[in-house]
Amino acid sequence: MLSNLLKKGFWYLCLVAVLVFLGWGLTVMTDKIDYTWYWNRIPQYFFFTGEVEKFANENGTIHIQQLDDKFSQVSLEYDIGTKDTFKVRTDSLKFQDGDRVTDVDKVGALQVFSQGILIEGLITTLEISLYSSVLGIIFGLVAGLGRISKNPLIKGLATIYVELIRGTPLLVQIFIFYFFLGTVLQIDRFAAGTMALALFVGAYVAEIIRAGIQSIHPGQMEASRSLGMNYFQTMTYIILPQAFKRIMPPLAGQFISLIKDSSLVSVIAITDLTKAGREISTSTFATFEVLFTIAAMYLMLTLSLSMLVRYIERRFAVSD
Amino acid sequence: MIKIDNICKTFIVGTHVVKAVDHCSTHIKKGEVVVVIGPSGSGKSTLLRCINQLETIDSGQILIDDVDITHRKTNINKIRAEVGMVFQSFNLFPHKSVQENINLAQQKVRKRSKKEANEKTDYLLKKVGIEQKAHVFPSQLSGGQQQRVAIARALAMDPKIMLFDEPTSALDPEMVGEVLEVMLTLAKEGMTMAVVSHEMGFAREVADAVVMMDEGKIIEVGDPEHFFTNPDQERTKLFLSQIL
Repeated sequence: MLSNLLKKGFWYLCLVAVLVFLGWGLTVMTDKIDYTWYWNRIPQYFFFTGEVEKFANENGTIHIQQLDDKFSQVSLEYDIGTKDTFKVRTDSLKFQDGDRVTDVDKVGALQVFSQGILIEGLITTLEISLYSSVLGIIFGLVAGLGRISKNPLIKGLATIYVELIRGTPLLVQIFIFYFFLGTVLQIDRFAAGTMALALFVGAYVAEIIRAGIQSIHPGQMEASRSLGMNYFQTMTYIILPQAFKRIMPPLAGQFISLIKDSSLVSVIAITDLTKAGREISTSTFATFEVLFTIAAMYLMLTLSLSMLVRYIERRFAVSD
Repeated sequence: MIKIDNICKTFIVGTHVVKAVDHCSTHIKKGEVVVVIGPSGSGKSTLLRCINQLETIDSGQILIDDVDITHRKTNINKIRAEVGMVFQSFNLFPHKSVQENINLAQQKVRKRSKKEANEKTDYLLKKVGIEQKAHVFPSQLSGGQQQRVAIARALAMDPKIMLFDEPTSALDPEMVGEVLEVMLTLAKEGMTMAVVSHEMGFAREVADAVVMMDEGKIIEVGDPEHFFTNPDQERTKLFLSQIL
């Protein structure tokens, strides 16, 4: 028992040693190319505080109310009867209580905390992944059911869709969507990127769903149909719930891939996480730091998704 | 009640054409119990599955209460709701509890309220002797219990006829009895039944007719006594000597 524990501990120590060695190798490599790390340039792209100046929008009277030792509540009562209220730093105030203000007078300023471009990029990546996942499931479900249809038209269309998408590079698909379809149909870059990703993931989801449905014993379909339930009811209540439980792991893998693949939409100038990173590199010259940072952010997204899926799987496993 | 007229069903397996059911005709009257016997691969299951269109016939005609079930205008789902089927491998829905298994089609096809369905389910579970298992999942039941749930599920639709496709073949020997007992009760209550089975004891007790099939053809029909005492066909004699 104890010796087993020691053995395991030894290998854990080895793991740590290997990781330290790799980290050391990285610093040696960067020394070789005379690279200076400027990690301190990165945090401002997550969040920053900036000064926002507040102006009067009309002629009127100013009323000031001290809130605490730092901030004051300003309310501007304009002559035309409207009103503006906002908070400013007390030491930035240019007027006193009861003063007249005229249009475009600077009243004061306030320090605001805002999100940087990395956070905005992260949100864009999340949005585009979420929208294309939802659409992708719908496309995949329709195409997957089409693939097992007995009707040659439906089956043919579904097969052509799946083969066409799986046989061409995603990057090319994105270009086609943006430059060709985007121009013809007048859709913006975000919609074009989302649609390209959705169709892409849909083709893979279709194959996963088809395999999942076909893995359910035919007796399930027969039992349900023999009770008088139609094809649609049987799919909804009997086949798909069982199939979805089985295809959860490959489906999750597909959506994790999608998050990573979404970085390709940066080529059509959508400011996702990757594009945000490239923009920062050009202004800070901290290229490596930015690359490692966005890689870590992608990793954070994919790891939390796979943890969520593992949790759901455990919850689902109860009824078997 | 059920009239099977000259039906054929062929399967194409690779390059072989298998005549699973070859020009078969028979009929089952209301309240009758018909037991179909025959060696494996003789087409008895296929014949049964044709009755509720799990297999579509190539030619011939099947009438249930004078309705041609293969006619283009016949709503097959309606027919199937009237024809209960019990499978060799139970085919319960593993992701649903026993109660949900029996409730589902009642609610979705018969449009009963949840309360009505529950009442029917409770009644049927009592009838098949497993009323305490309503809330467990099929995988937690023994084979015999699962098959009894399957029978209850089919009965919940108030079928006019029950089809049993080798209902005891997949069971451990000590569980055969409990399933047969339920089937005997049903037969004695006057349910119309078509049973593919080699349980000759069951046949002897309740069957009105026994149908012997071989190589897709019905080769002999008679009452059970006829089969036990003096079957006409050599093939039937050979077959019965092997299973009895």
